[in-house]
Amino acid sequence: MGILQNILEQFINGLRSGSIYALIALGYTMVYGIAKMINFAHGDIIMVGAYALYVGLSILHLPAILAILLSLVVCTIFGVVIERVAYKPLRSAPPLAVLITAIGVSFLLQSVSLLIFGATPIPQESIVKFAGIKIGGLSISGITVVTLIVTTICMISLTWFIQKTKMGSAMRAVAEDKGAAELMGIDVNKTISLTFAIGSALASIAGILYVCQYQSLKPTLGAMPGIKAFVAAVLGGIGSVPGAMLGGIILGLIESLSKAYISTELSDAIVFGILVLVLLIKPSGLLGKIRKEKV
Amino acid sequence: MKKVRLVALGLATTLALASLAGCQSKSETDTKQGTDTNTDTSTDSSANAGGETYVIGGIGPLTGDAASYGISVKQGAEIAIKEINDAGGVKVGDKTLQLSLKFEDDQATPDKAVTAYNSLMDSKMDALLGAVTSGSCLAVANLAQEDDILMLTPSGSAQDITKNTNVFRLCFTDPLQGETMAEHMITDLKFKNVAVIYKNSDEYSTGVYEAFAKKVAELGGTITTAEAFADGEDFNTQLTSIKGTDAEAIFAPIYYGDASHIVTQAADLSMTLPFFGSDGWDGILDTVTDKATVEGATFLSPFFSGDKAAADFVTKYNEAYKATPDQFAADGYDGVYVIKAALEKAASTKTADLVKAMTEISVDGLTGEKISFTEDGEPQKAAKFIKIVNGEYTAE
Repeated sequence: MGILQNILEQFINGLRSGSIYALIALGYTMVYGIAKMINFAHGDIIMVGAYALYVGLSILHLPAILAILLSLVVCTIFGVVIERVAYKPLRSAPPLAVLITAIGVSFLLQSVSLLIFGATPIPQESIVKFAGIKIGGLSISGITVVTLIVTTICMISLTWFIQKTKMGSAMRAVAEDKGAAELMGIDVNKTISLTFAIGSALASIAGILYVCQYQSLKPTLGAMPGIKAFVAAVLGGIGSVPGAMLGGIILGLIESLSKAYISTELSDAIVFGILVLVLLIKPSGLLGKIRKEKV
Repeated sequence: MKKVRLVALGLATTLALASLAGCQSKSETDTKQGTDTNTDTSTDSSANAGGETYVIGGIGPLTGDAASYGISVKQGAEIAIKEINDAGGVKVGDKTLQLSLKFEDDQATPDKAVTAYNSLMDSKMDALLGAVTSGSCLAVANLAQEDDILMLTPSGSAQDITKNTNVFRLCFTDPLQGETMAEHMITDLKFKNVAVIYKNSDEYSTGVYEAFAKKVAELGGTITTAEAFADGEDFNTQLTSIKGTDAEAIFAPIYYGDASHIVTQAADLSMTLPFFGSDGWDGILDTVTDKATVEGATFLSPFFSGDKAAADFVTKYNEAYKATPDQFAADGYDGVYVIKAALEKAASTKTADLVKAMTEISVDGLTGEKISFTEDGEPQKAAKFIKIVNGEYTAE
């Protein structure tokens, strides 16, 4: 076992967790870009997605593809409904009220799932049956390969959607200037709902990948990935889609490499320390644009 | 934008500080988990056939990550109590007492253990059979001394638990487990290089690991790498690091919840090194999704359900709970009998008499023949190795 090979393997580990952070970070960043709010319930949508998959597979005994669809649909509906019920009435309220509401929704989701499914972790077999690949002495697990492929596809199609489609342009327009967009005939409410739907669908994919990776579910499973992804979104520049992708992957790599070569105990401290540094040097994040606060 | 940045900075610094400090026992998320499920899980299994009742309190996780331990201890103890009450109760001096068990959930977290302890004291607990996990034991040990109550932990293995004179333990200590496993791996199985994964935020795990490391060095073995983790379910980094060394086996002194993540991910990384564990591994077959991932793993346990001596208990347990008892169930069962023996020997329910009697009794239990206790509160009995073969626990 060469050292080089070990570094490569750790790099791939980092890339895998980083691409999941990126997937979740996209949800934070898109919602922030458009609704100017931090949706702290986003991490718990991952949990909803994971449990929906479990319900589909182990309780309803659906085939894997239908269970995935179920999870996607459930999360999308949750995302849109949460926005309608909890955030829309507060659209003109001060940002702090919305932030607190989001945290409330997060606790609500966790507690409801605790009531339904209990605190005891539930084992759930992975739906990825593919054994992995070997390149030379380097072995990459099946779930890693699937994660990397799925997240890449998601990111490419999201970029295409935002840049090339009419609805994508509408989203960009609303992000740029809500008032002007409305004057140009864009349905702002519909665009915001769409953003929540896409963000939640991405979270559901993250939830499915989570289950396949760790094969166990608990009601708080979304909390830590949610926070890490939020950090990734801020690191990359919140509101910026490429920033979220970059931030997520950088975060995953730093985490994995510092765990492997510096210290497991310090890895979180290093990750958050780097965030503090970036925010001090470049307050808008790596790819964030500096915008003047409108008065 | 400014607000976001402030929030982010604040969050980041708090998290950075929190991770630096290394949380003492369980993660905040875990504690958060149960705030709403703290329903009344106490059970009252008194037979109430007239006469006075002696209340044995129990504390252990009935929900959460380590739920299997608490449930097993509780069910094992319930069987023992039923047997004793059906046979007429415990003769203490000239009185005959009926036993009753009140068991409270602590989700294996120290702060909830204190709450559970207080609620047991409110229900007039006479002796404490618990707590089940080490962190919780440490949290309530001093309270039990202040209230002058006999405390017998069925399975709390951290060294410091028994430092108070009124506290005894039924299971092996952490250091003893580490040393026994080191001897088994280095002397019996002739491994030269072993890797370790341990949970550095947990007293149990670090306790076993430190003793293991010392003994391995004494016996001339090498620990290629000791990978620590604090929390979470991702072990890919640690496993990849181990893969990069020339370790021949992995020793993981941890609880079965983490262990099942580790074996699953090791299989994903196509690692074939044999796993060795501490007694926390008991119960792992129910939490892994693929039993092939734990095939060949060996761990320490004082009890094996395939033993002839345990046949009667296994049948009763099976009838009552439709499950095969594990070592925790046996610990709970033996715990009740140890308290009974102490009550009979002391011919008194006073704690001072009971504590004195504890060092004089010898109990033939499921977890060992002629279990006796030293004045330091430690048990004297022999260990068994359990190996997972063909997806089942077998005695080695």
